[in-house]
Amino acid sequence: MAENGKSWADKTAEEKRDHRYASWLASPGTEFVSPEAKATYEAAVTRISDAYSLRQPDRVPVSMNMGWYPVNWAGYTSYEAMYDYSKAADAYLRFNRHFRADVMANPIFMTVPGKAYELLEYRLYDWPGHGTPEDAGFQYKDQEWMSIDEYDHLIEDPTDFFYSVYAPRIAGGYEGFRMLSTPFDLVEMPFGTLNMGPWGIPDVQASLEKLKAAADEVGAWAGGIFPAVGALQAEGFCQIWGGASKAPYDFIGDSLRGTRGMLMDLYRAPEKVLAACERLAPLMVRWTLRHATPDTIPGIFIPLHKGADGFMSVEQFQKFYWPSLRTVLMGLIEEGFTPFLYAEGRYASRLETIMDLPKGKTVWLFDQTDMERAKETIGQVACIQGNLPLSLAHAGTVDEVTAYVKNLIDVAGPGGGYVMDLGGVTDSAKQENIEAMINVTKEYGVY
Amino acid sequence: MAHELVEAMVGMREKDALRIVDEMLERGDDPQTVLDLGQEAMQVVGDKFEEGSFFLPELMLSGEMLKKMAEIIKPRMAAQAEQREKLGTVVLGTVRGDIHDIGKDIVGFVLDINGFEVIDLGINVPEEAFVEAVREHKPQVLALSGFLSLAFDSMKSTIEQVRGAGLGEGLSVIIGGGQMDETVRQFTVADAYGEDAMAAVAYAKKTVGVN
Repeated sequence: MAENGKSWADKTAEEKRDHRYASWLASPGTEFVSPEAKATYEAAVTRISDAYSLRQPDRVPVSMNMGWYPVNWAGYTSYEAMYDYSKAADAYLRFNRHFRADVMANPIFMTVPGKAYELLEYRLYDWPGHGTPEDAGFQYKDQEWMSIDEYDHLIEDPTDFFYSVYAPRIAGGYEGFRMLSTPFDLVEMPFGTLNMGPWGIPDVQASLEKLKAAADEVGAWAGGIFPAVGALQAEGFCQIWGGASKAPYDFIGDSLRGTRGMLMDLYRAPEKVLAACERLAPLMVRWTLRHATPDTIPGIFIPLHKGADGFMSVEQFQKFYWPSLRTVLMGLIEEGFTPFLYAEGRYASRLETIMDLPKGKTVWLFDQTDMERAKETIGQVACIQGNLPLSLAHAGTVDEVTAYVKNLIDVAGPGGGYVMDLGGVTDSAKQENIEAMINVTKEYGVY
Repeated sequence: MAHELVEAMVGMREKDALRIVDEMLERGDDPQTVLDLGQEAMQVVGDKFEEGSFFLPELMLSGEMLKKMAEIIKPRMAAQAEQREKLGTVVLGTVRGDIHDIGKDIVGFVLDINGFEVIDLGINVPEEAFVEAVREHKPQVLALSGFLSLAFDSMKSTIEQVRGAGLGEGLSVIIGGGQMDETVRQFTVADAYGEDAMAAVAYAKKTVGVN
């Protein structure tokens, strides 16, 4: 890709960032339904871009940190949304049109195709009708999926570990992968029994069948969901995330070692934890880049879990959690992306540490962290977002929500660099409370 | 000056701690004395957690050490050695619709190593199961766990049903989990909410009248 005579690879981080933001604003390929829709879209992207870049926008942008609420609000169960994609699409279309925040509540990040998960016999999560009630969401099953002795395999050859060990463990559909050779074996004249033989084994064939069926299902899901996202964008709703990544420590703790194992590892195998985090950090960046083009939307969603207050001391955070996460953030920033970190839980004791970042290049969505302190610390170098409590949205009154939202704008809004949002992932709420959050921000949040 | 076993445990030196236990038993120390030292270490760890110098890794690892010690020691305890009397009973579970077990398991674990009988009903526990368990085990504390906002409603209905069944007398209900705060406590009409695992221990101890 050449532009101004410079190939993408030759561009500086700032040039790449400028390109992504310009492309986000121009939204090539979107045919807006009306000039008003186009104007709404451009105003929203400009507003959010200003906030992200620590410039003062026309008013505080407002976003909705949504779990299953859009689906429930529309009168469907989570099960219906995961198995009947037209219902998921319908829910999000109606939800966005009703509430009209600046950021689209995006079905792509919540309504995954249940049937594909079933076909692959995924074990890392339970989901509606498959371990959780039909009106509940999908839920992560905390468990040890990699033993402490397997750190070395992970560090030496992560891809091999994932294909031949991890995948068959967490998804029955990958069972046959235990027997496959690796792409690394494709050298010289490689097509003999060692490399090709396994593909004919019944277990491998069975896995391939399941993967094919799951791929078809994912295709059907995309066919149901993507047009709704496109329609919403054409009506002026903007998306903020072009991809996702993770903190290496969480990647290991969430998916491989489990909470308990990870906590113990800090004492039982500290060097392995550090080595694995270091090994995985560039792979976390590449994970995002693999699916990206120069026109990919700049925000990269990174949910943070096991580094929150209480999970470890500040010293442990600075030693085990932050350095490799920072490597990931810098790698993404280098490619013109804006990492969007969701600091679920409390992050009060981390605020000073995470300030060690270039200015205006990250966004931090806080859950139960004091926003006044957040503004004084990380808010000096990054856009902050949040944190209307889930409890207020669910059980509070409109007056309470209004007062809370106004206070947030007062303490976090000054000078820009702030986005209104809910602190927790919302599965249930009072409609009038969500409306209050949005409407009060639109009125009171004008600069 | 604390005993070297206490020092090893509080210093998170797991291998040293277990070696010292072996040595003590080898030279004929009273198994109960060894276990008491383990409890002493847990007390120090709990205090450090309260004051904010220890966190979940230390809480969990020291608990693991104590569990391993108990496994080594129990077979050596004389058959007549009386089981240490429990401080009280806690019925614990993650409420209906929610299958998050991390927080619940940690709470159950620290309650257990702090001397409580813990009846863990598991995850996605329906209201009726809590009612039945309270009826059967007559706990002093009912501890409801939940991570999702839908847990607010399940907690509320669980507490309503337990009290509606006439089981509220002498029963304290505590809620815990990621989003719990005073607003949720009032909404669910629980007696208290806890921000971390040790809050559950402190609350349970207060309820049964020990410090």
